[in-house]
Amino acid sequence: MIYAGQSGHPGGSLSSVEILAALFLRVMRHDPANPQWPDRDRFILSKAHCVPVLYAFLAECGYLADEELLTFRRLNSRLQGHSKMNSVPGVEMSGGSLGQGLSFSTGHCLAARLDGRDYRAYCLLGDGEQDEGQVWEAAMAAAHYGLGNLTAIVDRNGVQNDGYVKDIMRQEPLADKWRAFGWDVQEIDGHDQQAVIEAIERSRGVTGKPSMVIAATIKGKGVSFMQNTAAWHGKAPNADERERALAEIGA
Amino acid sequence: MTTVAAAAATREALGPTLIKLREQGLDIAVVDGDLGISTTARLFGDKFPERFFTLGPAEQNMIGIAAGLAAAGKIAFASTFAVFMPGRCYDQLRVSVSQPNLNVKLFASHGGITTGEDGISAQAIEDLGLMCSLLNFHIVVPADVVEAASAIEVAAQTPGPFYIRAGRPKIPVIYEPDHEFELGKADLVRPGHDLTIIATGIMVSQALAAAETLAALGIDARVLNLSTWRPLDTVAIEAAARETGAIVTAEEHLVHTGLGALVAQHLAGVAPVPMGFVGMRSYAESGKWDELVEKYGLSPADIVREAQAVIARKR
Repeated sequence: MIYAGQSGHPGGSLSSVEILAALFLRVMRHDPANPQWPDRDRFILSKAHCVPVLYAFLAECGYLADEELLTFRRLNSRLQGHSKMNSVPGVEMSGGSLGQGLSFSTGHCLAARLDGRDYRAYCLLGDGEQDEGQVWEAAMAAAHYGLGNLTAIVDRNGVQNDGYVKDIMRQEPLADKWRAFGWDVQEIDGHDQQAVIEAIERSRGVTGKPSMVIAATIKGKGVSFMQNTAAWHGKAPNADERERALAEIGA
Repeated sequence: MTTVAAAAATREALGPTLIKLREQGLDIAVVDGDLGISTTARLFGDKFPERFFTLGPAEQNMIGIAAGLAAAGKIAFASTFAVFMPGRCYDQLRVSVSQPNLNVKLFASHGGITTGEDGISAQAIEDLGLMCSLLNFHIVVPADVVEAASAIEVAAQTPGPFYIRAGRPKIPVIYEPDHEFELGKADLVRPGHDLTIIATGIMVSQALAAAETLAALGIDARVLNLSTWRPLDTVAIEAAARETGAIVTAEEHLVHTGLGALVAQHLAGVAPVPMGFVGMRSYAESGKWDELVEKYGLSPADIVREAQAVIARKR
């Protein structure tokens, strides 16, 4: 997809694969034949530049045809470079400016409560995104309103646009910060598929407070030359790199 | 249209109108940026606490939550002061509301310099320029409390995002209680043939006072209340240019990014006529609102002076 468009963000897409697999293939209540189903669970991609992994799972679930994936980022495609709602079924929010998804998810959760509906919102954030002040405004608000129907997940791959997160802006102790804001917090290996499923399932049982799952991941997971490097945050592979990458991940 | 001897602030329309709309069954939810007493949104919260969400002065989050509520089907109202919204949440308005065209209604109170004593940090003279730069928003600046209430009802019943700008001080009530605001339609509040004063917000009553003075000088001024900035009533503006041959715009906002710029841009393409501009050209300062209006060129006398200058350039 990213090769075909010669543009996009492979690193943060690959680090989120197990998280989206758990949500779209196991945990979430959704119906590809009825993407506007009022009782569907909402998946909110706050790190909207990693939309290639979302499109891949939307195709896997039948929201999109596989062939359409190759139109990503090209003229006249529905598959915009950052996720855009009202364009592709299954894309719940327009993003691309970091920090906005958790607030949006909070709005959905408040509406669910008002309407007496039992759907949940699952919001995926990046770790570089934790630098945005709005994230912490939303963290405070979701806890204030006791939103047990909200699960946020941080794809903590340790790399952001210009370098390692630890060098750009220290975030430690991240889990303690979320706990201090009143959230239930779990820390897991974000590439252990079973652990990801179990943590998200467990979050569904938390009541009276929102849930955070901090998933330790590897940027560019599965592709040796992309792993753990900022260089592959927002760049497309060439033909040779594409072949090597597909061979390594066994696609 | 008659001038009623009452005075009220446009912001006073918010709480009572929201209550009325909810009582009619509209699926309204309100987010508030810790200024609900001043904006009067709090009145709605007292009546419908489960539908009123205090978020503190955290405008970015407030807009994101409003967008989420709207995406889930609510008519989402957000209210705070005009300096903070759009100023403090412009990017959230752009990405989370304007681009997906969500059903979020912004009610921004304390617009303009008439906020008064707090001084320039609290005086929104750029807000409408920022909002005009965002696509999809309907933009409304009511001229009095009656029009404000009617505009809130229209906004609630019209799909898509709105920006309604209200003010702090008590200003003349110019409309009868049964007046109905029409979105996208400039209201002819005084007929006239020699020039047209296109006014908005508090400047409508100032323009009416100016027109009285001009009449005594033998100048027959038309006054249009241009409360809807978008969609712009190009028909009324163009007719004013063709029929009266001269235009003065009057606004409580920076002229170069405001109503004057909007009207001039349109007329330049279809019916260019001599134009004058009454509005803000600098930051103001602390002071009583009526003193500020005098000092910073928003008084009826300023409109009269501009009108005379434009008339002199006709033909």
